[in-house]
Amino acid sequence: MSAIRTLVELLAGCRNAADLAPREWDGVIAVARAEALLATLAHRIDGAALPEPVARLLADARAAADVATAQALWEAEMARRALAPAGVDFVLLKGAAYAAADLPCAPGRQIGDLDILVARDALPGAEAALITAGWEWVKEDVYDDAYYRDHMHELPPLIHKLRDRMIDVHHTIIPPTARPSPDAASMLDRAIMLPNGYKVLHPFDRMIHCAAHLFADGDLAGGLRNLWDFHCLTRDFQARGDGDSDTPEGALGYDAWLGDMRARARLWGLGPAVRRASHLSAALFENAGDYRRLSLGDRLFRARLLARDDWGRETRPFLRLAFYIRSHWLRMPPLMLARHLWTKWRKGHAAAR
Amino acid sequence: MRHSIRIAVGPVQFRIGSDWAGPVAALGHLYAGYPQDDTRPADATVRLYANRPWRRWLRPSVHIGGDYIVPDALPLPLSMGLLAAEMGMNLQVALGWRRHLLLHASAVARDDRSVILSGASGSGKSTLAALLGESGWRLMGDEFTLIDPASGDALAFPRAVSLKNEAIAEVEARVGPARLGPLLAGTPKGDIRHLIPRADAVAAMHEPVRPALLLFPQFGGAPAIERIGQGEAFVRLTEASTNYIALGEAGFAALTRLVRETPAFTIAYPDSATGMSLVEQLWALAPR
Amino acid sequence: MADPAYRAAGEGMLRIEPLGELAAIFDRRSQQTHLVTQPMPEILAALAAGPCDAAGLAARLADSFDLDGEGDAAAILTERLQELTAMGLVEPV
Repeated sequence: MSAIRTLVELLAGCRNAADLAPREWDGVIAVARAEALLATLAHRIDGAALPEPVARLLADARAAADVATAQALWEAEMARRALAPAGVDFVLLKGAAYAAADLPCAPGRQIGDLDILVARDALPGAEAALITAGWEWVKEDVYDDAYYRDHMHELPPLIHKLRDRMIDVHHTIIPPTARPSPDAASMLDRAIMLPNGYKVLHPFDRMIHCAAHLFADGDLAGGLRNLWDFHCLTRDFQARGDGDSDTPEGALGYDAWLGDMRARARLWGLGPAVRRASHLSAALFENAGDYRRLSLGDRLFRARLLARDDWGRETRPFLRLAFYIRSHWLRMPPLMLARHLWTKWRKGHAAAR
Repeated sequence: MRHSIRIAVGPVQFRIGSDWAGPVAALGHLYAGYPQDDTRPADATVRLYANRPWRRWLRPSVHIGGDYIVPDALPLPLSMGLLAAEMGMNLQVALGWRRHLLLHASAVARDDRSVILSGASGSGKSTLAALLGESGWRLMGDEFTLIDPASGDALAFPRAVSLKNEAIAEVEARVGPARLGPLLAGTPKGDIRHLIPRADAVAAMHEPVRPALLLFPQFGGAPAIERIGQGEAFVRLTEASTNYIALGEAGFAALTRLVRETPAFTIAYPDSATGMSLVEQLWALAPR
Repeated sequence: MADPAYRAAGEGMLRIEPLGELAAIFDRRSQQTHLVTQPMPEILAALAAGPCDAAGLAARLADSFDLDGEGDAAAILTERLQELTAMGLVEPV
């Protein structure tokens, strides 16, 4: 079995970590690192009987992830200190939200930039407050700036001049040029206040955002990690509902709430993304290896998600390229895509001379 | 990958894969005397690869990859495959190792106590350690020294020493050709030749050693010794560490303890013989 | 703008290790290390009693420090408090 499938089965819990041959870990560790899932795996199989070098490496990974999570949450705290006095309300997204809400996918999860969602009309205030507090533009380039403001779903990325950490301020969860159009105002309305003072998306919106991020807003790089998030979010909600939301705790059956979430996703044109995420996460992480119910399209996505060899190398270059082009296609109407690529190309050309 | 080799240096088990036989054979020669446990899973994976299939034969150039990569790293010609392997191994340790506080420093030991030499490239820390390693000291490493947060001890990382430029002749005058790798002339870092550490240094690589002296060597200028304070040593070592920030409080505790318990000096020296005698001089005065 | 009051980190959040004339501060919330000189550790210790503004801080510190000219002391402390705020070690309330 390939290392990446072994990784999936270990995460799914349908393969006993103690049964792996010592040298099988070579590949599992390499692909887990490549997919940014090593510390997640380390938490998932904590306590298993492992070869001593593997046990030590995974303990290292857990400890390092604890440090990284604290650092990421500190960025949320810094954003709060900058934005609260300016009266800007914000919602944590993705990794920082999972950590702040202490969700099951959080232990060991790598968190990159801080992603926050603010109301569209609060953007100028957020921008000014962050700049006063020491964040600055990463790119001074006029085209990129105009491009972000006109077409993307976030301010151009800001980086803190002392801490060297990025913040992405979104006003909607996927670019307005992309075809699905989620209702950011409704997401902000339904956001949940955590006991620690941070706001996170309603569980439904969290899942929809995760699925949207996985399929509609990217070339599927890091897709396995995102799919694992989706799996954990759905399992978590199924297991305990959410006492802070308007959904009675544990009152809804799995199918009923899944139906509710899908209805909301469909309303925003994200039904297909949620449906595909559900199929793939079920096939990979619930009945690992049972791919019989996947459609041809789902199977292509699965192949892309698992395109990595035992040395951690990317495989299937043509499939990867196809997904890369698809990601630009989805985010931009074709004519705009052509103009975007043309401008990028001309700048690259000029720089080369 | 087509060719591969497993190498253990200090606490790190490497797995190195290559599209070519050459770099793997050269590594096999340098690391033949290192302990080998074929059942031990790898801590770190290094890949030496051609980024287009035909580039394995046509003007072959070696790209450096692995668990951690530097996006825009330039490839090296196949004749420098050994240097590519060394850079790949360094990269995995520098970016991936989390068990110990990692100092960009060479180290030597005597009587279970160590001298840690920290400095940028060109400070001569590598040459000094290599020469001391041939003069009654146990070579712990020429590039990385690991500090165990639990015990405060220094741990060795005795990879094959990367001798550069003038240092090559200095060492060639003292050791036989059997302990030297091939000469890699005209690399981006100048001429390079690897030195295989003495067998006793390799055999002792898992033995922790108490830090006794922290030195910050500077090659060039009149001989000079200057004591530096704990705060300055702390700042210099955070800058010399690739994982200080990632270790959080464990790194903080290890480093504050190290600079409190270990006297620190800068040394300036015009040539290796003077540098070695300054180390011996400070060693004689070091508290024990 | 009125002189704000500042709040120190919660108990146990900072680990302060003297290093000769400097002090290394590890902030367990941010996982950051700050190297500071006197009177930063003293300011943090004085704030532990509860939030206060620069003038109040000058009064608290007067017991252990020889602060000449009260106006000056408060101005200097305001600067130090702003530096500590930038490090995230204290927070205006």
